[in-house]
Amino acid sequence: MSNWLIYRTFWDLTVSGIVLGLIYALVALGYTMVYGVLRLINFAHSEIFMVGTFGVLISLTKVFGISLFEDGQYPYRSGLMLVAILVASTVAAMVVSGAGAVVLERTAYRPLRGAGDAYGAVVLAFLTGLIASFLFTDSMMVDLAIAAVITGPLSVVYVRIFRKGRQAPRLAFLISAIGSSMALAEAVATWGPDERVIYKTPRVLEKKVLFNFLGADVRIDYVIVALGAILMMTSLLLFVNRTRLGRGIRAVAQDAETARILGVNVNSVILVTFLLGGAMAGGAAMMFTLVYDQTRFNIGFLLGVKSFTAAVLGGIGNIKGALLGGIVLGLAENYGSAIFGGQWKDVIAFIVLLTVLMFRPTGILGESLGKARV
Amino acid sequence: MSLTESFRQRTAPQLRVGSRFRALPKSARWSLGALLIAACYLTPYWPDVPVLGWIVNTPGTSFENVLTDQIMMFILVALGLNVVVGFAGLLDLGYVGFYAVGAYTTAVMTSGQFSWPWIAAMPLSILMAMIAGVVLGTPTLRLRGDYLAIVTLGFGEIIRITANNSDWLGGPRGINKIARPPSFGPFEFSVLNAKPYWYLGFTVILIVIFVLSRLENSRVGRAWSAVREDEDAAELMGVNTFKFKLWAFAIGAAIGGLAGALYASKVGFVNPDNFQLQLSILFLAAVVLGGTGSMYGVIMGGILVAWIPERFRGFSTRRYFVFGVVLVLVMVFRPQGIIPRRTAAAGIAEKGDTNV
Amino acid sequence: MSEVLLSVDQVTMQFGGVTALDNVSLHINKGEILGLIGPNGAGKTTCFNVITGVYAPTMGTVSFDNKSLLGLKRFQITKRGIARTFQNIRLFPDMSAVENVMVGIDAHNKTSVVGAILGGPRSRREEKEGRERAHELLKFIGIDDYAEVAARNLPYGHQRRLEIARALGTNPQLLCLDEPAAGFNPAEKQELNELVLKIRDQGYTVLLIEHDMNVVMKISDRIAVLDFGRKIAEGLPEEMRNNPDVIAAYLGVPDDAA
Repeated sequence: MSNWLIYRTFWDLTVSGIVLGLIYALVALGYTMVYGVLRLINFAHSEIFMVGTFGVLISLTKVFGISLFEDGQYPYRSGLMLVAILVASTVAAMVVSGAGAVVLERTAYRPLRGAGDAYGAVVLAFLTGLIASFLFTDSMMVDLAIAAVITGPLSVVYVRIFRKGRQAPRLAFLISAIGSSMALAEAVATWGPDERVIYKTPRVLEKKVLFNFLGADVRIDYVIVALGAILMMTSLLLFVNRTRLGRGIRAVAQDAETARILGVNVNSVILVTFLLGGAMAGGAAMMFTLVYDQTRFNIGFLLGVKSFTAAVLGGIGNIKGALLGGIVLGLAENYGSAIFGGQWKDVIAFIVLLTVLMFRPTGILGESLGKARV
Repeated sequence: MSLTESFRQRTAPQLRVGSRFRALPKSARWSLGALLIAACYLTPYWPDVPVLGWIVNTPGTSFENVLTDQIMMFILVALGLNVVVGFAGLLDLGYVGFYAVGAYTTAVMTSGQFSWPWIAAMPLSILMAMIAGVVLGTPTLRLRGDYLAIVTLGFGEIIRITANNSDWLGGPRGINKIARPPSFGPFEFSVLNAKPYWYLGFTVILIVIFVLSRLENSRVGRAWSAVREDEDAAELMGVNTFKFKLWAFAIGAAIGGLAGALYASKVGFVNPDNFQLQLSILFLAAVVLGGTGSMYGVIMGGILVAWIPERFRGFSTRRYFVFGVVLVLVMVFRPQGIIPRRTAAAGIAEKGDTNV
Repeated sequence: MSEVLLSVDQVTMQFGGVTALDNVSLHINKGEILGLIGPNGAGKTTCFNVITGVYAPTMGTVSFDNKSLLGLKRFQITKRGIARTFQNIRLFPDMSAVENVMVGIDAHNKTSVVGAILGGPRSRREEKEGRERAHELLKFIGIDDYAEVAARNLPYGHQRRLEIARALGTNPQLLCLDEPAAGFNPAEKQELNELVLKIRDQGYTVLLIEHDMNVVMKISDRIAVLDFGRKIAEGLPEEMRNNPDVIAAYLGVPDDAA
C-alpha cells in the first residue's frame, strides 16, 4: 500500500486502533490481576471473555427478544429503553463472565493449590460423569442423566482427595488452564445454539458518526467503548486502592504467604480477583459485540492471546500498564495491517510480543511483582 | 510433603510393571521384548483376533487408517514433545508448528515446487523442523516458563497463518499428490494398503525410542533433568543450560517434523487446517495424560488420545471438550500421569525461584 | 606468603537504591578455609553470588587464579573451578543422590548429544567413571547407602551433605559453602566441622559462610567480617574474637559506645 493511502487513513486507523486497544486492555486486566495474585497466566481467561459475548447474545435475543435479522431497523432508535438494554446486556455479560471466572478458579485452580472444596468437587465430578457417559451413549439427555447420578457420590470421593491438600507444581496450573480453556470453547461449540458458526449479534445501536476527528469518523459505539472502558478501569483502580478487599488483593500480590499469616483470607482474595477480572472481560465482551456485531466459540483465543500480549507489553501485574499495552498493541496491529495487509494482522501481534519479550522481558512499565502497584 | 508421600504410596503399587520386568532374568526379558515387538508389528491384524478385536476395533473407520494416520502420529509426536516438556521441563504450546514444518517440507519438495524423491525429502523435513526449533528456541529459551508457553503458541499460529497466506505453500488449499515412500519387496505403499505404513512407522518409533533412551540415560538426559528441576542450581553446577535447552527444543522439533513428514506422505495432502492450534493441545494432552517425562507413559498417552475418539464414536465430535476436561482432571488428581516417570513420582518438577 | 586463589577487589553491588556490598575487597589463599561472617543481611550471600557469577557486580572485579571472572557465564565459572552449595537447599529433588552428584561431575565431561546417541567409547567411559567417582564422593561424605534414593526423600542432614558432594563433583579448586550447618544440632555441627576440615585436607580451598561464630572460630584459618555490606575486619580467628568492631557488629552496639 502506498504512503499516500497510509497517510489518508492514518487517523481512521488510529481511532479504530485505540478502540480495539481499549477492549484488549479490559481483557488484559483479567490476566494482569490474576498474575498479580497467583503468578499464573490464566490461559482460560480468553474463554471467560468468550462466554461473556454469548451472555450479550442471549440477553439481546432471548431476554429482549431482538431478532437477529432486524439489522438496519433498530427497534430502539433512542430513549431510555435503548440505554436500559445496553446497561442490562453489559450487566448480563459481566455476570456470565464473572461467574464463569469464579467457577473456573474453584474447579481448575484451587484444587491445585491444595485447597479444593466441595464446589470444585461437584463441578469436577459432574464433568467426570459426563465424559465417562460419552463412552457409552450419544444421547445428550442420557449423558446428562448419568452425569447427574454420578456427581453426588463422586464428589464425596473428590472432596476426600482434596483433603490431602496436595500442592501441584507450577506447570500443572498452566496445563489445567489450557485444559479448561479448550473445554469451555468446545462446550460452546458443541452445545451452543448452532454449531461452530459465526453468530451475528443483533445491532441494537445505529452506528451514527458523532463527529469528525482529523478526518477520521468517530462513531457512537466508539465513544461508548471509550467512556465505558475508562469508567470500568477507574472503578477498578479505586476498588483496588481504596477498599479493604482491594488492600487484600495488593497484600496477596506482594507476598501471599505473609498476607496469609497476617490473617488475609488468601483464597477469598483470589476468588474476588477472578470475579473482578471476569467482570472486566464481560464488559469487554459487551463492547466487542457492540463494535463488531458477532461472536464465535473460538473468538476468545486470538483476542485472549493479544490481550495477554497487551498485559505483557505494559508489564504484567500492572493495571495501568494493561491500558498502555492495549492501546499500543491496537495501534500497532492497525498500522501494521495497513502496511503488510490484513491477513498478517495476527502475525504482527505475535511478533510485537516476541520483540517486547526479547528486549524487555518484564514489559514497558515493568512487572510489578512484589511491588505495591497491582 | 508427608501428604504427598501418602498419596504416592497409595497409587504407585498398581503400576509396578516396569520394575517387575527389569527384575526378570535377561533371557526372559529378551524373549518377552521380542514377543511384544512382534505383536506390535502385527497391530493391523489385531481387529481379527477374538476379544482383542472387539476391544480395539474402531466402528465407522478403518482400523488400519486410524492406526497409521492417528495412533502412529500421536505416538511419535508424544515422544518428541516429551523431550521438551517431560525431559527438559519447557512448556511448548506451538509443537504443531514443527509438525507442520515437517509435513510442508515433504509436500513442497515432492509435489508442491519440486519433485524430489521421498527418500531425499524425509531427512530434509527433519532438518528443516530442527532448524525451526533452533530459530524459535534461540531468542525465546531465555524466557521464563509461562512466557515461553505463550510465545511458542504464537509460533505455531505464525506457521499456520504463513502457510495459509503463501501461494508458494499452496495457500488455503494446501498441497496434494505428496510422494509416497518407495515400495520394496512385498511392501507396497498405496492408498489401499495402510499396513506398510505401520511397519515403517513402527520401525521409526522403535528407532526414536532407542535414540531417546540413549539420551535420557546419559550426560544429556541428566542435564535436562537438572534444568527441569532447578535451572539456576543446574547452571551453577556447570550445566550449560541454554545449550541443553536448545538441544531439547531441536530434538523435539526434529521428531515433530519427522511425524509431520510421515503424516504428509501417508495421507497425500496437507493444508493449513491440518495444523490448528487445538492439535498442539491434544499433543500436550497425550504427554500429560500418559505421564510427563516417562517414555512408555507418553506412548500410552498418544495411543489413548488418538484411539479413544475413534473407538467410542460418541467421543469423536466432542474430543476436544473431553480432552480439555481430562487435562484438568489429570492435573487435579494425578499430575504424574497414567505411567509416571520412573525415578520420580511427582511428575513435572517445580521450577525454583529465579533468585538464588 | 601463600598463593592467592581468589581475590575480590573493591566490589560494590547495588540493587536499585540499595547497596548490598560496598567496596568490599577480600582474598582467599590456596588451601585455606576462609570464614565469611557477619550479622543477618550483612551481604554474605550477595558476596557469594557475585563470586559465583549469579550477579554481575556494579563495580569492582573478581579474579580467580589471576584471571578475571567478570563476563563469564555461571556454568563457565563453575568449570573454572568454583563450586558452591546453597543456604536453602537446592538439590534436584526428583533425581537420585548419585545422579545429583553426577550432574556436578558432568561439568567436565564432554559427551555430546551425538556421542550419547551413538554410545561411543568416550561416552561409555565417562558414564562409568562418573558413576564410580560419584559413589566415591558419596562415601567420602558418608551417605553412599542412600545413593539410589531420590534427593527429596533424603533426611535433611543428608541433603546438606549431598549438596557438598555435588559441588565437589565439579572438581573445584574453591568450594563455597553457604551456611552448611544451618539447622544442625551441636553433634551434627561437630561432624560437619570435621568434614569441612577433611575436605580442606584433601587439598580443596574452602570459603565458608557461617552464622554460628563458634563453628567459624574453630575451623577457619582466617576470617573476614561483613557488616552492612562493608568489610569491617579480616584476620586470624583469635584476632576477630577480640576485635571491638566485630563485637559491636554482632551485639548491635552503636559505634560510639563500643
